[in-house]
Amino acid sequence: MAVYLDNNATTALDERVLQAMLPYMGQVTGNPSSVHRFGRLQKDAIEQARESVARLVGARAEQVVFTSGGTESNNLLINGFYQHNRGSRIAVSAIEHMSLLEPAQNLGDMVDIIEADENGHINNSALEQAVDERTSLVSVMTANNETGVIQDLSLLIDFAAENNCFFHTDATQAAGKIALDFAGSGIHAMTVSAHKLYGPVGVGALIIDKRLPIKKLQFGGSQEKNLRAGTENVPAIVGFGKAAELAMAEMQMNARKMYQLRDALEKGLKELNEVSVFADRAERLPNTLQFGVNGFDGETLLMQLDRKAIAVSSGSACTSGKTEPSHVLKAMKVPDALANSAIRVSFGKHNTMSDVEALLAALHDIIEINQQSAVMMAATV
Amino acid sequence: MAYGEKVLDHYENPRNVGSFDNAENIGTGMVGAPACGDVMKLQIKVGDDGVIEDAVFKTYGCGSAIASSSLLTEWVKGKTLEEAQAIKNTEIAEELALPPVKIHCSVLAEDAINAAVTDYRNKNN
Amino acid sequence: MTEQTIKPIYLDYSSTNPIDERVVSEMLKYMGPDSSFGNPASRSHSYGWTAEAAVETARKHVADLVGANPKEIIFTSGATESDNLAIKGVAHFNKKRGKHIVTCKTEHKAVLDSCRQLEREGYEVTYLDPMENGLLDLKVFEDALRDDTILASIMHVNNEIGVIQDIEAIGKICRERKIIFHVDAAQSPGKVEINLEELPVDLMSFSAHKIYGPKGIGALYVQRKPRVRLEAQMHGGGHERGMRSGTLATHQIVGMGEAFRIAKQEMASENERLLKLRNKLYDGVKDMEEVYINGDIDQRIAGNINISFNYVEGESLLMALNDLAISSGSACTSASLEPSYVLRALGRNDELAHSSIRFTMGRYTTEEEIDRTIEHVRKAVEKLRELSPLWDMYKDGIDLDSIEWAAH
Repeated sequence: MAVYLDNNATTALDERVLQAMLPYMGQVTGNPSSVHRFGRLQKDAIEQARESVARLVGARAEQVVFTSGGTESNNLLINGFYQHNRGSRIAVSAIEHMSLLEPAQNLGDMVDIIEADENGHINNSALEQAVDERTSLVSVMTANNETGVIQDLSLLIDFAAENNCFFHTDATQAAGKIALDFAGSGIHAMTVSAHKLYGPVGVGALIIDKRLPIKKLQFGGSQEKNLRAGTENVPAIVGFGKAAELAMAEMQMNARKMYQLRDALEKGLKELNEVSVFADRAERLPNTLQFGVNGFDGETLLMQLDRKAIAVSSGSACTSGKTEPSHVLKAMKVPDALANSAIRVSFGKHNTMSDVEALLAALHDIIEINQQSAVMMAATV
Repeated sequence: MAYGEKVLDHYENPRNVGSFDNAENIGTGMVGAPACGDVMKLQIKVGDDGVIEDAVFKTYGCGSAIASSSLLTEWVKGKTLEEAQAIKNTEIAEELALPPVKIHCSVLAEDAINAAVTDYRNKNN
Repeated sequence: MTEQTIKPIYLDYSSTNPIDERVVSEMLKYMGPDSSFGNPASRSHSYGWTAEAAVETARKHVADLVGANPKEIIFTSGATESDNLAIKGVAHFNKKRGKHIVTCKTEHKAVLDSCRQLEREGYEVTYLDPMENGLLDLKVFEDALRDDTILASIMHVNNEIGVIQDIEAIGKICRERKIIFHVDAAQSPGKVEINLEELPVDLMSFSAHKIYGPKGIGALYVQRKPRVRLEAQMHGGGHERGMRSGTLATHQIVGMGEAFRIAKQEMASENERLLKLRNKLYDGVKDMEEVYINGDIDQRIAGNINISFNYVEGESLLMALNDLAISSGSACTSASLEPSYVLRALGRNDELAHSSIRFTMGRYTTEEEIDRTIEHVRKAVEKLRELSPLWDMYKDGIDLDSIEWAAH
């Protein structure tokens, strides 16, 4: 198999998480809403997982609402808030994931976009431009999925508080990689997803402070404190709980390792001609690095890397296959040509230094050969 | 829903199940309605001294309703009518550790003893 | 899971099914560090392509069981989401054509609550009463349709009483009037033949965990010819042809596909076996007095029997039948004290509605378990009738309706 460096798209399920899930994928089953003991056992398992997820983000268990994933959480937040607070404006940053940006954009002129600076940061003046007294919700992601840039959350929270706004943050990429403190920081809602932290795909959560007024979007049962109808995905929720527990215990160890890999990669990349690392002056997630190679087309680069058994992506998997340059890089005023050559490397806990070396060697070859052929082409003309 | 130990005990071994034939010294209270999912029938046998000598019940309802009426029959025996009427639903709920959704079962039991005493008094006035 | 040591008899298959071992082993190929764990939306490497191929194979398996084209299958997080997407999605897309929707009072809450939400948004909904046997009177259905009716939503198999609606006839009526027809089929695949190539159905909701697949995954069939259009309810990435965004849960989809594949192979023999078990169970209790079947006995899936034991209250019966995992009413409402709204819609009186028990059998139910069930049920009903003042009154020939109950 190829070297997997696309952990921001999805991570491999941790073996220990799988083991925790298996008892709930066997012959003993039950619907958590059933009153018989089969049902109760499932319900208990959900509540235990809720505690673990709450601990990972510094929230209380009752603030955790399980969903089918980050996309549903973000949709629930934006549309659920809008349904409850018609007429008030929502401000979201330009660099949000599509699962937040798209539902927001669908609300049309009720939404204001907060611009990012060239380092991928949301600063005070951008906030002041987008937010006014009609705004009641501000949403800015904790860390970006493409560049890895981490926002100064306390600045954003303070700004939201001063302007009487609720504050939501999409922490899908941040959870499990950096410490989070939901209850202590004054955040009103937070999105998290299991499969970005070695948990299963198909489960996520919206952490909600009860002060945040929100309406449910999916009807047909009173599950999840009447905010999300539907039979709970018990094995996945159990897996999420276990993954959260492990992420919490191993966060520092993993972060240290990833910083080493990323710094080695960044150092190596800077020795290559024509490579620019995006947002390299900003504080970024330990595992994420995005760069462009001048004069290259991103698709071609990805194809060539794939041939050399390196699995990376240009940016978000959810916009993968689209030819437009990334909206995140556009927001950071990266020139289109360079943005079009973007490669995102996202390390996981299974990666090693030899993976970095393999990637650097592959890139070196690709760039070298291209330059040689360019020279040869020039010579034949 | 998990039931408490005392509810289970009364449910599995209900005390004083039965009926008395109608007579002067019998008071009968039937409360609740099938539509609500519970009907409680409590009968007391009152001695000449005004003390409840015996009590029996029949209940259609959930486990907590059955346990509440079973417990009630134990409690009223040996009590005067006034003492029996002084039994409060909260005492029953507390004794059986009823969850909030089942408090109405203890209310029904309180209604039942009041109805039985009233019936007895109506007959003997 | 400490209570595992006591092994009660599981007769609650309509609530959820255990996952078939064969399904689990397929799923495991996409779970864990040494598996094909990629994100199917990743277009730049083999991890993504392998996952995408697995999703497409599963899509084909799901489509094959119900006679659909794989392109007509949209994966969701479950039947609840499918119902929400179908009903709200169609209503929102067609709001300029009309604002009237027709459904039935015995639908699952996912359908009813979606309709209630639409009412709050200004739509009009007609909730039809079924006949006493749980089936819809076609004449009543037809009469309810109006010029501004845009959508009808009628379930295939009822989750509580197991009756099978004639969706072909209902669909034909809808087609004649160009009304979009949605069918909640969470309970029917693998139990009833479904051929969407011929059925006049525009949208159909499916669930995996009711057919020995995993929880947290379902699908919505969206017909392509003629094309049914709906407004997506979840945005961000445009997965599933723009109708449902969100990272596809490969292992769950693979599990659903495998479950549907197995069902196609085994449904004939399985239904035959279940019918025998069901008849055995019914034969074992029907000689008792005042025992009633809820719902039509013939137009019904093999694995379901819903019985009212008159003058015995359902919750106390569940408690007495502690060794059986069964339900009174549906699992989604069983924590409430209300009697089943499905039975009320059938016109069952309070006592009968309160005394109903649903037994649903499945792939792992054994004959020996049915024998034990019969024994338990007979004992429990007898014991509770001993305790029941209503039973005494019935025995004394007193008409319960003649009594003025003090409702509390």
